[in-house]
Amino acid sequence: MKPNFFCVIALALASMAIGSASADEVQVAVAANFTAPMKKLAADFEKSSGYTTALSYGATGKFYAQIKNGAPFDILLAADDKTPERLEKEGLAVPGSRFTYAIGKLVLWSARPGYVDDQGAVLKKGNFSHIALANPKLAPYGAAAVEVMTKLGLIALLKPEFVQGEDIGQTYQFVSTGNAELGFVALSQVYRDGKFNSGSGWIVPTNLYSPIRQDAVLLAQGKANPAAAALLKYLKSDKARAIIKAYGYGF
Amino acid sequence: MLSDTDLGALSLTLRLATITTLLLLLTGTPIAWWLARTRSWLKVPLGALVALPIVLPPSVLGFYLLLAMGPSGPIGHFTQALGIGMLPFTFWGLVLASTFYSLPFVVQPIQNAFEAMGERPLEVAATLRASPLDAFVSVVLPLAKPGFLTAIVLGFAHTVGEFGVVLMIGGNIPDKTRVVSVQIYDHVEALEYTQAHWLAAIMVGFAFAALLMLHVFHPTGRRKWRQ
Repeated sequence: MKPNFFCVIALALASMAIGSASADEVQVAVAANFTAPMKKLAADFEKSSGYTTALSYGATGKFYAQIKNGAPFDILLAADDKTPERLEKEGLAVPGSRFTYAIGKLVLWSARPGYVDDQGAVLKKGNFSHIALANPKLAPYGAAAVEVMTKLGLIALLKPEFVQGEDIGQTYQFVSTGNAELGFVALSQVYRDGKFNSGSGWIVPTNLYSPIRQDAVLLAQGKANPAAAALLKYLKSDKARAIIKAYGYGF
Repeated sequence: MLSDTDLGALSLTLRLATITTLLLLLTGTPIAWWLARTRSWLKVPLGALVALPIVLPPSVLGFYLLLAMGPSGPIGHFTQALGIGMLPFTFWGLVLASTFYSLPFVVQPIQNAFEAMGERPLEVAATLRASPLDAFVSVVLPLAKPGFLTAIVLGFAHTVGEFGVVLMIGGNIPDKTRVVSVQIYDHVEALEYTQAHWLAAIMVGFAFAALLMLHVFHPTGRRKWRQ
């Protein structure tokens, strides 16, 4: 009985070890705010190129730590421009491969229709109990939100109402479930083809915060991977840019 | 070494675990008693329900709690009707969540102790004309003491180790919902590895001490471990 049992486990482990990574696959670490467009882009890319993609979504800071410790990503689509630059300096990314794939836009959004006016005056009223933002220490969209509130002179007033998500995906969750009445999220999360999917929002004027430059970089791991090169080329194409734009990003 | 926010997270975590453990002893003891004594067919499904948090990913529990405690959820409706507002992003929201999350770790050791005791001590107490309450306080509680101590250590330690649920319903508010595990996560993400190490080492030491205590408390534990 016993040897049989262990044989089964060994076989199961062996079968799992085989066939995890293939040569035609590109593994991409994707900033949480770019989740929705990336799903669409990846489907389109797979169809036109024949390559396959494995996408991981999350906070850029976490990806940095993982890449530094040997995570098997070929490409990083970061939520900022600092992390790709840093990876290049540390020899973990291919020099000269960095480019801005999208410029993120910040929106003050509520799941309730008519709650947020198109001037953001709701912020000054302050008659809410929670305003959600991404952790400004970790997420560029969180830092941008703090910048906006500081410029409007409202930071001291609003700070007691802050609830912070670890990344922009979690921040969106707080607002979309109605647990926070409103919050600063990425426009791409709530916007499609020129209008809000639901709820109400104020697209924050870009002169109130520094541009959220989202850079892509080819990682050392993906240097010789043709699928990675093809995906980066695709992201710069007009077709890809049209999709990215539809989600409210700029260039 | 440890910053003020780190210390704040530590003291908040201790406060959360203490209150949760006390609440769990109050609510878990009757549940354990019922599960140990009942012959109802409900024993098995309810026992499984209590044990769910052992198996479920904390993200599932956190997600449902976020919906349930939110403005359109049943708990949210209830707390709003009571006039205490909504529970997510509050300390008491975390207490409620932790109570669900650590429930099996308190109920099961107590239930095992009650079951191991059998009917005999209660029957003897009854023949000596002890009231049920008297029998519970002066017979059952002393006999089940190792079970209670195990429950306290496990319930406390499991609440300290909570992360996924807090992440989903906490909102990372200093001194209200930013517990140690979240603080460590933030340090790691912000690449502040030195601070992360300090807090993480404290957690390892605490977890080890808690498990040692279990071993000391449990009279039969020593034998079980050797087998």
